[in-house]
This record gives sequence, structure tokens and C-alpha cells, in this order.
Amino acid sequence: MAGAAGPGTGPGAARGDGDDSLYPIAVLIDELRNEDVQLRLNSIKKLSTIALALGVERTRTELLPFLTDTIYDEDEVLLALAEQLGNFTGLVGGPDFAHCLLPPLESLATVEETVVRDKAVESLRQISQEHTPVALEAHFVPLVKRLASGDWFTSRTSACGLFSVCYPRASNAVKAEIRQHFRSLCSDDTPMVRRAAASKLGEFAKVLELDSVKSEIVPLFTNLASDEQDSVRLLAVEACVSIAQLLSQDDLEALVMPTLRQAAEDKSWRVRYMVADKFSELQKAVGPKITLNDLIPAFQNLLKDCEAEVRAAAAHKVKELCENLPTEGRETIIMNQILPFIKELVSDTNQHVKSALASVIMGLSTILGKENTIEHLLPLFLAQLKDECPEVRLNIISNLDCVNEVIGIRQLSQSLLPAIVELAEDAKWRVRLAIIEYMPLLAGQLGVEFFDEKLNSLCMAWLVDHVYAIREAATSNLMKLVQKFGTEWAQNTIVPKVLVMANDPNYLHRMTTLFCINALSEACGQEITTKQMLPIVLKMAGDQVANVRFNVAKSLQKIGPILDTDALQEEVKPVLQKLGQDEDMDVKYFAQEAISVLALA
Amino acid sequence: MPYKLKKEKEPPKLAKGTAKPSSSSKDGGGESTDEAQSQPQPQPQPQPQPQPPSSNKRPSNSTPPPTQLSKIKYSGGPQIVKKERRQSSSRFNLSKNRELQKLPALKDSPTQEREELFIQKLRQCCVLFDFVSDPLSDLKFKEVKRAGLNEMVEYITHSRDVVTEAIYPEAVTMFSVNLFRTLPPSSNPTGAEFDPEEDEPTLEAAWPHLQLVYEFFLRFLESPDFQPNIAKKYIDQKFVLALLDLFDSEDPRERDFLKTILHRIYGKFLGLRAYIRRQINHIFYRFIYETEHHNGIAELLEILGSIINGFALPLKEEHKMFLIRVLLPLHKVKSLSVYHPQLAYCVVQFLEKESSLTEPVIVGLLKFWPKTHSPKEVMFLNELEEILDVIEPSEFSKVMEPLFRQLAKCVSSPHFQVAERALYYWNNEYIMSLISDNAARVLPIMFPALYRNSKSHWNKTIHGLIYNALKLFMEMNQKLFDDCTQQYKAEKQKGRFRMKEREEMWQKIEELARLNPQYPMFRAPPPLPPVYSMETETPTAEDIQLLKRTVETEAVQMLKDIKKEKVLLRRKSELPQDVYTIKALEAHKRAEEFLTASQEAL
Repeated sequence: MAGAAGPGTGPGAARGDGDDSLYPIAVLIDELRNEDVQLRLNSIKKLSTIALALGVERTRTELLPFLTDTIYDEDEVLLALAEQLGNFTGLVGGPDFAHCLLPPLESLATVEETVVRDKAVESLRQISQEHTPVALEAHFVPLVKRLASGDWFTSRTSACGLFSVCYPRASNAVKAEIRQHFRSLCSDDTPMVRRAAASKLGEFAKVLELDSVKSEIVPLFTNLASDEQDSVRLLAVEACVSIAQLLSQDDLEALVMPTLRQAAEDKSWRVRYMVADKFSELQKAVGPKITLNDLIPAFQNLLKDCEAEVRAAAAHKVKELCENLPTEGRETIIMNQILPFIKELVSDTNQHVKSALASVIMGLSTILGKENTIEHLLPLFLAQLKDECPEVRLNIISNLDCVNEVIGIRQLSQSLLPAIVELAEDAKWRVRLAIIEYMPLLAGQLGVEFFDEKLNSLCMAWLVDHVYAIREAATSNLMKLVQKFGTEWAQNTIVPKVLVMANDPNYLHRMTTLFCINALSEACGQEITTKQMLPIVLKMAGDQVANVRFNVAKSLQKIGPILDTDALQEEVKPVLQKLGQDEDMDVKYFAQEAISVLALA
Repeated sequence: MPYKLKKEKEPPKLAKGTAKPSSSSKDGGGESTDEAQSQPQPQPQPQPQPQPPSSNKRPSNSTPPPTQLSKIKYSGGPQIVKKERRQSSSRFNLSKNRELQKLPALKDSPTQEREELFIQKLRQCCVLFDFVSDPLSDLKFKEVKRAGLNEMVEYITHSRDVVTEAIYPEAVTMFSVNLFRTLPPSSNPTGAEFDPEEDEPTLEAAWPHLQLVYEFFLRFLESPDFQPNIAKKYIDQKFVLALLDLFDSEDPRERDFLKTILHRIYGKFLGLRAYIRRQINHIFYRFIYETEHHNGIAELLEILGSIINGFALPLKEEHKMFLIRVLLPLHKVKSLSVYHPQLAYCVVQFLEKESSLTEPVIVGLLKFWPKTHSPKEVMFLNELEEILDVIEPSEFSKVMEPLFRQLAKCVSSPHFQVAERALYYWNNEYIMSLISDNAARVLPIMFPALYRNSKSHWNKTIHGLIYNALKLFMEMNQKLFDDCTQQYKAEKQKGRFRMKEREEMWQKIEELARLNPQYPMFRAPPPLPPVYSMETETPTAEDIQLLKRTVETEAVQMLKDIKKEKVLLRRKSELPQDVYTIKALEAHKRAEEFLTASQEAL
């Protein structure tokens, strides 16, 4: 129970004898005893205030020992504590005393909950930078060693993340010890620890001397890459990127490539997937020569892997891979060694593979140039535009701009139109929504004539879609089209059609007219708004559905600033005043809001 | 007259707590309470209803609850045949030469040639076929392999002295070649989107062959001629590790075989036991702390249940650590519902063996108590009741305060199933006797929650249950009940005062902090949101009189209601289900219904 603190330590007692020095800590002790987690959490979050109130010395001698010894709480509270301590250096007296923060963080780094542990490690990494080299060796390195040789896997896992921050600033003798500890964690009995070590291998390699990389990191890498658990092996692929950047071409060929080749053909699809997923990074790390000799053949295999997951990951990388090839000879390599495999993927059995390919394939046209695009890529685009899966078609359409730069979109328009129409009428509203978003882009590329002829009716049809999200997207689509094609076009083609809907028997459609006016008025300018739109809006103030009426009020508020004072005073004001007396509460509310915003009162 | 028989054999546990609304599911063979609640329709699983005492009735709790083959209950939703069959298989290496010659039958060949022929047949079965990309390929040769496997299953089951020394390496190799493979990617969503109760498993396409390979190997292990001493050269740590990897298979039929096989290996190979336990722990750690996704947790726990069952006393330190560091954290994973019956069984087994573990277990459960996931909270309440059923009074008094603080929160839960489940504890006579013995400490904790919700809870059923609980308290100790009421009144007033006091305390610290020159560098966090209490008035004397009267009438009402034995239903959407999957799972025959205890070697 709160308030049950022992004599002399309770806040009351501290207040009573006039000695305020320990008062904050007494409050904290008391608050941390509360049943309510939220209260305990709040107290921990104000830890810096408590430390400020205590001053640096008492924070070191009273607060930190208390936190180290007595904290046993829910993970949520521990997480907050671990986070707080990372920014505590100033509160304990600066870098000279940063090591005081290590004991509580050390015990937080050994708890079971990963989130807490990771946060403690993050804070430790932060604090390590604030240590002087001497303090680092005297306090921080011993902590890392303790964690690395802990009984429980959690502490050893945490240790893995701390090697790279203390290594660069340690003396040579200590460096050797640190490397020794890291080595033993890489062959730990527990897979969790090996995974942690494997995931930090690249980071650690980067801070090591080149000789040690070759003599120590490479063997560790080779071992981890042939671990019995695929979850460890796949992490070695990530490390491979960092290690490869450090070595010369010859060393790379001799020390790393055999392992990488093996990973690309690993019996576990997860490892192969990782190779596919990291392909661009690997390509950059190993350089052009090895890419041509080794990576391209490996990539071909990944593109025809037996698992769809792997093929999809590889398909995603097609464009980047081609982009990153050396310009000289690039075209030949792509045409002869990549394109045949891409052609296969266009008719893959798995839709994720096809859709991954569709999201990048258009990017190849800039790399291959006009002729190749027309001759080789266009048939693929056209095939994908007819794919049974809407996602594939959408991905093609959403990347049309790449092709437009190279061959112009008209090459595609014959096939494009049926694809667009079909997506526009797809049974899934999310698909319809996606295609609406590309309308302004398409309109820009296809030109106003083509648009009026083929697509305009679609855009109008969306306005009466039975899904609100589509109607909403359709209105903002109209606005973007007007921005593209200008007010004259709007006046001739769009505005009349929108205004006709004001008489629709369905009140939802009547409201759509209002929404369109909201969206279009600004783009159309004062004249059209005043002459064509305003009369319709005002007429709708007499609608029998309250929702329409209060949307009239909202619309008037929206278009008011565009109108001139005469129209406002003579036409808008009386209508709003009338609506302000409406029997419906909401109508009244929005009418009054509009009156005050437009300053018509 | 099976009906009569059943009645007399009522599980002894019921003697402690009578008429527990949840007891139907608790003692109902392999059923978990959770399952019972989530299934919209009766299904052909062991039911508490009259049933001939047939083979699949679990005798009390001497064996772990078997994992259900299908997590999805056929809910009457539309049955469909999916275009893409839910089958897959990850075969990186198909055999090059797949043309198999039909060999002569073993029983027709001379005795002295049988061993050689047996080996030939085993080797033939190492050829792997494609069942996914082209199911119709090599039909003739697939049939040769199938027939060969079938014949060998018969042969090894019915003939004596055929498991000779030369057979061991061949049998193990055949098993490894066919089964040890990287499992294919899951077709189901992973992570938070995965719903183990609704997403259908992907079945193993090569099952026509794999099933027979599993069956053969199981018969091989169970053969009276089988000698672990010879086999241990081949069934080693590497083998076990590969076997454990397969437990992540999505096909429940495969996991069912794996479970029985691993259980046999654990029983026969003493040298592998510690290794198996350690590797299972690694799987659990990864599941809890890294992936939260694994298909075979329930099966592994089932095996562990049988292992724990056989632990010798006193328990080794290693086993206790397993309870605290593995079994308890398993409670925090999202998909707890999939393996909760097996997990609860393991925990209760531990406590039945050593009651001194009760305190750390209950403290652990309270630590992992769900904060937002109500169905999970109901599972925790189920498990807690199972623990309380076997708790020693001395242990109870150690944990009752934090325990009842949690129960007070559950009773106040706006989710009525949680509140209801917690209030059912008041129907458990053993728990009531424990409360009664410690009334002076339990009542003051529970009373405020009960009193508050007797008025404010939105659900009518809860009101009845609360009045029932209050009535029991009243009868237990009239004087204490009155004191609690008085105290509640006083506390309410003090509460607001204390809140103000807290604000002042922090205000004072804030002022002290401002004196520190460093103050501007550490921007103070925004002020705490004030904690508002929803209720404002305190009970008057009339209120209390009224309460007592209502308690009398409402509680009676409620006892009537309880007899109606309501089954809680968690309504799930009716997804279309694949006929093929349903049929395939129904057709699967278990090798063994219940795992028996593996006695720990001393």
C-alpha cells in the first residue's frame, strides 16, 4: 500500500524533519511500490527529474544503487528504465562518471524479454561513446566480458552487440581478448547466441584491422555460413556484404566467394531467399568482375528457383542488378543473360513472382533504349497488361512513366485501354481505388483528346460508385485533372456533368455534387464558381435530406473565400441564416460555423 | 450400460469443486476449455456427454491432452474445392533416375535371401518423386515405391527376427532421405495476421509416400527385435536435430507421426534424452523471443508432458529451470490458444510433483497476465483454476494477495467472459474453503471490485454472479463483510486525497529539480495525466442495507441460472473451407491416442 514506507524513509518523514536531500528518492521508492503499473511507469519516466532534484552526487550514491538492487518489475517499466539510463550521463556528473550507469544496465541486458534487452544494449552502446579510453578498459570492457561469459543465453546474446563499440578504442592486448570472446560466441552451443553473433559479424568486421579480418573473421564467417541451422546461415549472407567491402579482389575470390556460391545454392530456401534479397548490396560489394563471373549465373538460378518466394525476391532485384552493371557491355549481358529468364517469369505460375517482376520490369526500358524496348520488352509489357491477376496489371500501369520517357506511351495505348477499363470495373474496390490514383498520370501522358474519348466516362462513373472511398477518390481525381487540363476544359466537360447530379434521386449522389464543388471550386476560379456552381449549391439548401443541407453549409464555408463580397452578402448570407434556423441540430451547427468563419454575422 | 458405468467413474477431481460450469470441458478427455468455447458445433472429439467408455477416453490426467489434428472446426461454412490445392513440398533434389523395377515379394523368396531383398527394397525407396509440379509423373514407379513400402510395413510388423544388424543403417538412411528436407514456405500469412484457428494448413503433397515411410519407421522402432544399442550408431544427435526441424511442418498428420516417433526415441535412447530436451528448449526460445511462429509447439509440449510425468523426485534443478524459464514465458506468445491445453498440463504436472514451485509459477503467470487479449485472459483463468485445484494451503497463503488483486481486476473486466470466468471461481468449493481460511486478507482485496461492479457492470449475468460472490462472503464472515463495507467508504474518500498528495509530491520534486543548473538541458517530461476515477459517490448506510438485501434475492436468482449450464461461444466467421483438406485430416489415423509417461532414469 502506498504510504506504508518505513519510518524515516517515507516522504512524510523527509518533509517533517526539513531535510529535503533524500526526499525525491523516498517518493520514487514509494511510487514504485504502487499496484498500478501506469503509475510506476510514469514515475520511471520522470527519472531525470528525480536525478536533477537529487544532484549528481546523490544520483550516483543513492539513486543508481537503488535502481540496480531493487528493480524487479514488469517489462514495460524495465524498458522505460533502460531507455532513460541511456541519456543519463550528464545527470551523474558527465563522462568521468558514465561508468556508474553500467551496473543497472548490465542487469537489464540479461533479462529475458528481448525488447528490454535490446534497449539496454542500445543505451550501453550510447554510453560507451562517452567513456574515456581508460574508463572504457577499466569498466566497460569487463562488463562486456562478463556478459559474454554469462550462464544464461540472454546475457551472451546482449554481449554480441557491444563488441564493435569498445574494440576501436581498446589497447592491443584488450583487443585480442575481445576478439577471443567474440570467437567463442560464434561457436556457442545455443543457436540464439550464434544468431546474435552472426548478425553482428559484419559490424564487428568493419572495426577490425584488415589482418584480423582475414585471419579471424573469415573463418568465423565460413563456419556460420555452414551452420546446421538455416536461421544462422542466412544471417551470414548479410555479414558477407560488409566483409566483402573490406577485402581486395584476390582475397575476395579466395576467401569469400566459395562460401557465397555455396549460399546461393543452399538447400534451405530461406538462405537462397536471403541471397536474392541482398543481391544488389552483394553486387556492389564484390565489384563488376566477380559479378560477371559469379553473380550473374547465381542470379539466373535464383530466377528459376523451385520456390516462388525466392523467384519473387530475385525478380524484385532485376532492375537494380541491370542498372548496376558496368555500362560497357551492359546491353549485351542483359539481352543474352538476363532477358531470357525474365521472359520465363512473365508466365510464372505464381502471382507474387509476376507482380514482383511487373513492379520493376518497366525500369529496364531506360537501360536498354528505344529499339530494344520496342522489340523485346514491349511484348512482355503487353502480356503483363493482360495478366489474370489485377496486381500485375496495376504494377505495370503504375510504372508507365518509365516507358513514356523512352518510347512514348502511345505504343501501349491500344493494350492499355482494355486493361484500364477492366481494372476500373474490378469487383474489388481497392483495385478500383488504385487505378484512380494513376488517372492524372495517364491523362498527362495520353493527352486530352485520348482522355476525353476513352477515359472521361470512367472518371464520371466513379462518382456514383457504391463505395464511398471510391467516390471520394474520384472527386479529388477530378480536381487533379482540372489542374492538368485547365479551366476551359473543366467548364466544358466536367462541370455540367457534376451539376446534373444535383438532381439525382439518390441523396448520396447529390452530396457527391457538393464534394466535387468543394474540390473543384479553387481550381476553376471565381467566375465559374460564382456563375455555375453557387446557384446549384444554394438551390440544394432546400433539400429534404438533412445530410445534404449541412453539407451545403460546409460547401458554402469552403467556397466562400473564392466568391466576391456581393455574392457573399446577397446570396450566401440569407441562405446560411435560413439554415441556421433549421430544425436539424447538425444543419444549424454547420450553418452557424460557416457564418462565423466567413464573418457574415 | 455404458451410461451407468461412466457415472460411477466420475473423475475424482470433481469431488473438490462441484458443479463447476467449466468443469465439463476440463475433465472432458482431450478437450481444452478454450476449444470447447470456440467451437460452434459439436464435433467428433471426446465429449463429456454419455459415450461408451471406448479406447479414446483419457484416464484422469495421467497422460497429456492430445493435440487436435484440426484446429479449425468445420463450422457449417461453405465447402469449396480450392483452385490452388493447399499442398506443397519443398524438393530441391529429385532423384535423377526414377525408373524402379518391381522386386519379388519378400514372403515368396527363400528365407536366406530375404535380408538382401529387404535391403534392396529399402534402397529402392530412397528414390524421390515429384508430387507438386507434375503430380501425374512417374505414376508407375510411384506405385512400385508405394507397394514396396506397404509390403515392408507388413513385413516388419508381422515377422520376427527381420530387424538384423544390416537393416539399421539402411532403414535410417531411407527415413532420412525421404523426410529430412527444408520445409516449404508457408502459404499462410505470417506474424500477426496468422490465425492458427482459421488459416488452413498446407498439406504435404508427397504424403502418400511419406505416410508409409513414417509408418514403417515407427514399426521399426517398435519392433520387439529392435535394439537401441545397435541403432544408436545411426539414430544420433544429428538425426534427432533433423527430426525436430520437421515439427514446424504445417501438415498436422506429419506432426502427429513425428510426435509418436520422438516419444519412442526419447523412451529408448537414454543417451539422447538430455540432448532432446535441450534442443526442444532452443525451439521454444526461438519461438518465444524471435519468431512467435512454429507449427509444432503443441506436439512438443505433449511429449514434454509425458516426460515431466515421468520425472523422478526430488526434481532436478535443470527441470525446475525449464519450468520457470521456458514453460512460463510460453504463456506470453500471441498464439497461446493453439497449445494452451498441453502447456497447462505440463505446468500442473510440475506442481503436483513439487508444490513448492507454486509460488514462482503463480508469480510468473501474473507477470505475463494478458493486458488486452481477452480470450487469452480466459485461458489464464482456466489454468489458474487448475493450479488452485491442486494447491497446498500453505502455498496459497504465500501468493493470495497478488493473486486476488489480479482476480479483482478480472472481475471488473468490461469483457463479460473474463469477468464471468473469474466469478466462476466462487463455485469451486476448494477455492472457497481456501478463501474462507484466509478471509481476513482476501476479502478486503476483493470487496471493492465486487461492490463497484455490482452496480456498474454493463452485463446482467455478471450482476447475478457478483451477488452470488458477495453472498458467499457475507455468509463466510458477517462481521468482516461489514468492516469491508465501512473500509470501502473510507478508502474512497482517502483515494482522492491521496491523488492530490501525489501531485503535490511531484510538484515539490519538480521545484527541487528546477534549482539544478542542468535543468534546462533535460527538458522535463510533460505532466502526468491525472488519474480520474469514474465513480464519484461513496456508499451511504442505506446503500449498504440495500446491498445486503439485493445480495439475498439476486444470488438465489443466479444459482438457478447457473444450472442452465451455458456454453460460451466465441463466434468466428464462417470461412469457406477446402474439402480436400478436411477429408485428408479426417482420414488420418493416429498411431497412438495418448503418450504415456517416459520414466526418468535415475
